[in-house]
Amino acid sequence: MTFELTVNDKTHIVDAEAETPLLYVLRGELGLNGPKYGCGLGQCGACTVQLGGKAVYSCLTPLITVGEREVRTVEGLGGVDSMNPLQQAFADEQAAQCGYCIAGMIMRAQALLDENPHPTEAEIRSHMQPNLCRCGTHMRILRAIRRVAAVPAGAAA
Amino acid sequence: MNAPVLDRRKVLSGGALVVAFAMTSRLLGDAVGGGEGGAGPKVVRPDLEGSLKTDPWLDAWIRIDAEGQATVCSGKAELGQGIRTALLQVVAEELDMPPAAITFITADTGRTPDEGLTAGSHSMQDSGTALANAGANVRMLLIGAAAKRLGIPVRELDTTGDGHIAARDGRRVSYGEAARALSLHVEAVADAPRRSPQSYRTMNRDFRRVDIPAKLTGGEAYVQDMRLPGMVHARVVRGPSYGTRLTAPDIAAARKMPGVLRIIQNGQFLAIVARKEWQAIQAMRVAQTSDYVKTGPDLPGEQGPRRLQSLASREIIVEQSDDGPKASTRTFKGSFSRPWYSHGSIGPSCAVAHLHGGELTIWSHSQGVFDMHRATAELVGLAPDKVRVIHTPSAGCYGHNGADDATAEAGLIAMQLPGVPVRLQWMREQEFGWEPCGCGMVTQIEASIGPDNKIAHWKYEVWSNSHNNRAVGAGGYAVAQEIVPGFPMQVPAPIPMPEGDGDRNANPLYVFNNMDIRYHFVPEMPMRVSALRSLGAHLNIFTMEAALDELAKAGGVDPLAFRLAHMQDERARAVMLRATDAFGWSKRLRGDGRRGCGMAFARYKNRGAYCAIALEIEIERETGAITIHRVNAAVDAGQPANPNGIRNQIEGGIIQSLSWAIHEDMTYDTSKRTGFDWGTYPILRFDQVPGSIDVDIVESAGLPFLGAGEAAQGPTSAALANAIADAAGVRLCDMPLTPAKVKAAIGNAG
Amino acid sequence: MLAAMAAGVLALGLTWRPTISAIDRPQAGSFPAAQVNQGAILAKLGDCAVCHTATGGRALAGGRPLATPFGTLFASNITPDAETGIGNWSYEAFRRAMRDGVSRTGSHLYPALPYDHYTHVTEGDLQAIYAYLMTRRPVHAPKPDNKLIFPLGFRPLLAGWKFLYLRHGDVPYDSGQSARYNRGAYLAEGLGHCGGCHTPRNLMGAEVASKAYAGGIAEGWRAPPLNAENPAARKWTADSLYTFLRTGVSPDHSAAGGPMGPVVESLSSVPEEEVRALSVYFAAKMGKAAPAKAEAEPVDRPAEAVAAFPEGARIFAGACAGCHGPGAPMMSQGRPALGLSTDLTDSEPTSAIQAVLQGIEPPVEGRGPKMPAFAPSLTDGQVAAVLGYVRTRYTHKPAWNHLEHDVRQARKEGGQP
Repeated sequence: MTFELTVNDKTHIVDAEAETPLLYVLRGELGLNGPKYGCGLGQCGACTVQLGGKAVYSCLTPLITVGEREVRTVEGLGGVDSMNPLQQAFADEQAAQCGYCIAGMIMRAQALLDENPHPTEAEIRSHMQPNLCRCGTHMRILRAIRRVAAVPAGAAA
Repeated sequence: MNAPVLDRRKVLSGGALVVAFAMTSRLLGDAVGGGEGGAGPKVVRPDLEGSLKTDPWLDAWIRIDAEGQATVCSGKAELGQGIRTALLQVVAEELDMPPAAITFITADTGRTPDEGLTAGSHSMQDSGTALANAGANVRMLLIGAAAKRLGIPVRELDTTGDGHIAARDGRRVSYGEAARALSLHVEAVADAPRRSPQSYRTMNRDFRRVDIPAKLTGGEAYVQDMRLPGMVHARVVRGPSYGTRLTAPDIAAARKMPGVLRIIQNGQFLAIVARKEWQAIQAMRVAQTSDYVKTGPDLPGEQGPRRLQSLASREIIVEQSDDGPKASTRTFKGSFSRPWYSHGSIGPSCAVAHLHGGELTIWSHSQGVFDMHRATAELVGLAPDKVRVIHTPSAGCYGHNGADDATAEAGLIAMQLPGVPVRLQWMREQEFGWEPCGCGMVTQIEASIGPDNKIAHWKYEVWSNSHNNRAVGAGGYAVAQEIVPGFPMQVPAPIPMPEGDGDRNANPLYVFNNMDIRYHFVPEMPMRVSALRSLGAHLNIFTMEAALDELAKAGGVDPLAFRLAHMQDERARAVMLRATDAFGWSKRLRGDGRRGCGMAFARYKNRGAYCAIALEIEIERETGAITIHRVNAAVDAGQPANPNGIRNQIEGGIIQSLSWAIHEDMTYDTSKRTGFDWGTYPILRFDQVPGSIDVDIVESAGLPFLGAGEAAQGPTSAALANAIADAAGVRLCDMPLTPAKVKAAIGNAG
Repeated sequence: MLAAMAAGVLALGLTWRPTISAIDRPQAGSFPAAQVNQGAILAKLGDCAVCHTATGGRALAGGRPLATPFGTLFASNITPDAETGIGNWSYEAFRRAMRDGVSRTGSHLYPALPYDHYTHVTEGDLQAIYAYLMTRRPVHAPKPDNKLIFPLGFRPLLAGWKFLYLRHGDVPYDSGQSARYNRGAYLAEGLGHCGGCHTPRNLMGAEVASKAYAGGIAEGWRAPPLNAENPAARKWTADSLYTFLRTGVSPDHSAAGGPMGPVVESLSSVPEEEVRALSVYFAAKMGKAAPAKAEAEPVDRPAEAVAAFPEGARIFAGACAGCHGPGAPMMSQGRPALGLSTDLTDSEPTSAIQAVLQGIEPPVEGRGPKMPAFAPSLTDGQVAAVLGYVRTRYTHKPAWNHLEHDVRQARKEGGQP
């Protein structure tokens, strides 16, 4: 089946089985690397992308459910030379070890910041709860999010 | 080798071997190649440092072209620990050129020196030291060439940091020009002048990691991201865990699934190859709808890790000392344990393999690509020079996880599909079920203090399987016992001291009287096991530091003062003091039933980085739940290459160790592992990470590099248990220290 | 006018309860250790800490909001802090609260404190719980004010409620049943207050005595019937109930979701015998549940389901089958098939909807069944489609009506994104 899919502001026509989880469409059909396969069970968050502005597990989001909702992956936030403020904060804090979880972390955190630009520490921790990091980079991830949360909207642009 | 030291008490009867490794270990201890076994490269120049011992040719490490661009090779791999950046800083510093002018190639059996495993916190020590000295050699040669060209003495020349050699009279020679007159196909000398720490331009700076930008923006950063033209996707079909076999996988049904290209079957080994990844997964699920039977050894049963004590073992004397009779006033006795742990990589293991023109190339995130290319060659029946393994980063592995198995299996599958690149990724449950776990372990301690509050007797025993079952031949892979004809399982062996495996850090750096320390090496493995970050050091440090706290308490001495009274190593004392000063140890709140503090220290392997931890916790007495308020760490990793990288490793080590200590436990029933997802194998999440972690680096300028990747694991779990004892007045000995165990120790009414 | 005032005074007089004098907090040592220990177990069986502990707060220090149809109530601090807790409560004051729903100062307590059940607890057990609570560490934690719809903030009205619905007295002993059964009955009807969720409530928020254990609603989840109406595909036995209550998952049924999770957490660490007793009691209550057999094969009708819900089938394949489908890891690990799930065989889709929207967290020690929340990714229509599909595929029950409406409603009430 073919589907029209809006990913990172671009519309794509993809040909895949309707049940295919978005993760495999983004990686396999569109060549994106941001969303990662971690568990396929919605338990680790490595595959997190934004769907209609909300952080979702792309590994459990069948293509057929996407509809007209916009998909955003970490590639859609910025590139190596055009990082958005949150990506830049992760770079400034050197908030990665192996980094496999980080694209998912950024996408989940960005969804929070989009909705609530100045979350409290408790709100950040609770919001990030679904995403796992095994290297133990949590303190840096929290610092990176805090860095952006403390900056008034637009000031860092 | 000395004659075996026979113990007069003859602990083991009937055929048990009693072997002392002391002499051999001194020799092997200085080996390079990761220090964790494997068929590491041979030492050819023992007078040189680091991996130059095994590959002294400068052009194996560094080449400089006519434009002054350098190509540098290292046999160590980026595992997420930031080693690529640190090594780049080291070589750039000693070459005295900008890192940006260096093309850096790592861990590729076709291109880089064989540096054995990237493991054991050896990378800075092996490769960092080699690159530093190779860089110094090359810089020396470049200056020499420039001196010749300008016709002035070497002493009138110096490098400028931007790829030039400048004379006092202002004349400059570029590295490219100098290199043109030079052959780097020469062996290193031992005394090439190193740059002095005072003039460092690149080293000891918080240089930003070169691999991070791609990881933040969705660049191709991992082996999982590789997309070769015509690449197909494979999945293996297996029972729920190692030691099981599917009785009737539905191959016919799988074959009919959309996109399926091939079903690979060899003995019990079964793999699906499909055009698209999701199709491969779907077909794998169909094939996997089958009963299974247990084929492997009996799992540990209700005894848990203590099962190891009832299996046959070989006794190894780790250390014995006789300081004459000493009076004992107080004695502490205890037995400690940790369960089997999963490495818990966030990304299940993956490899891409391509058979092309009779040569097999595999992109792998194995820690041991050099062993892999030999062992995989044996497995698939090719000559070793026809197999090339290129390290490509993946999710952190923290030791020997499924990476090697997935690599070997990708190789097997690719052999059936000449010309077609194959990408194999394990599923989450396969990683949990089939990877080698970190070893369950047990220790026993009986130690006393005398009237002077000094340790008078220290009797220590540890039971463990081998922590090193990395494949050095085909038989080391799980798949080798599934295919026909198969390869017999590799025989497990302990890693000798001073690195040690189950006995790693069982020998105290502290000065104790009358020590008797033994390692009961258990060859039979109730669970498939191999290396997990810090190996046996984790439980040995946990035990030792618990005993120290208990003895300090018994003697009425502050835990810090008690440790210092037994420590002569100045660097060890310095990190203990630095961590506790930053923590405010002397003014700390005293255990009040709910809140409390703990500290612990270790020098990893007694020859790696020094690390001390102090932390403050709070226990909810009604539930046993633990909140970690703040952690202070101090670390001495020798000359820092990248301080931020060291901090990152220590912070990560602390959090991972807390996760092990509080939550982790690979569960099992009578036929299989039962930890298969993040619900059944929970790890620390954001709501439980400490309020703060502060890491201080004690700088040892100019001293040898000491890897920091495993320094925090032992001290952190130990400090946590000590803090629980301080806070709640209960000594917990069996990890994980779950809320239920804390609550049970406090008691219902407590 | 005068008459009206007189009637008012009289009414107030009828509802008036005296203050019981404050006391100095009893010394912790004044209670025998065995009594405190017993109290700790009973407090778990009564789930005291479940309601009286706020997220991230200290145990028993209150502050946890409880949303009711009548507004939001906040649990009080039941640590022995003199100022903000119950540190100055005598045993008499405590007993009156538990039995009559009256605070030490004489004001009526809302029946969110299930005194309609606690009133059946024996004197000895109440004393043990009192001993346990008074030996906790006091926590200074003032309770937030309740936010109730007018006029329910006026507590004397509660006297009327009690007049209608509060029935004192012991749980009757059924001599035709085993001691274990009777112990189970005592625990379930008293401290366990199982009917608080599993019995439907009337408009006044009181349990409908004639419909005991006919199924109720708790925090948006359905607490299934625990009588002969129990919809389980496989009959509950005392053993399977025990496993479920102890671990949160029964291989013959399903996993504990929503507010049942904390109940299981409590029961995971009380003496085994108490959970056995509860299991025997409820197995007997459900005993007559008609056609279900202990070994009934789970239903699985993929062809019918895909024909009826083609979109749901696609969603299921991509979102659910990785755990619940054949060949999925959960299946080879012996987790129950969806064909055994009570949420799916229930007459109401309520819990099935909540499980999909909110997911399930492992109830005991954070280890066990874990299902992600689909509220952010699936639309109301998609949740309805997939639930329609699984209802058809895994049960022989008639389709749920108005599914999409119910999903929308659940999302709204649950504050789901």
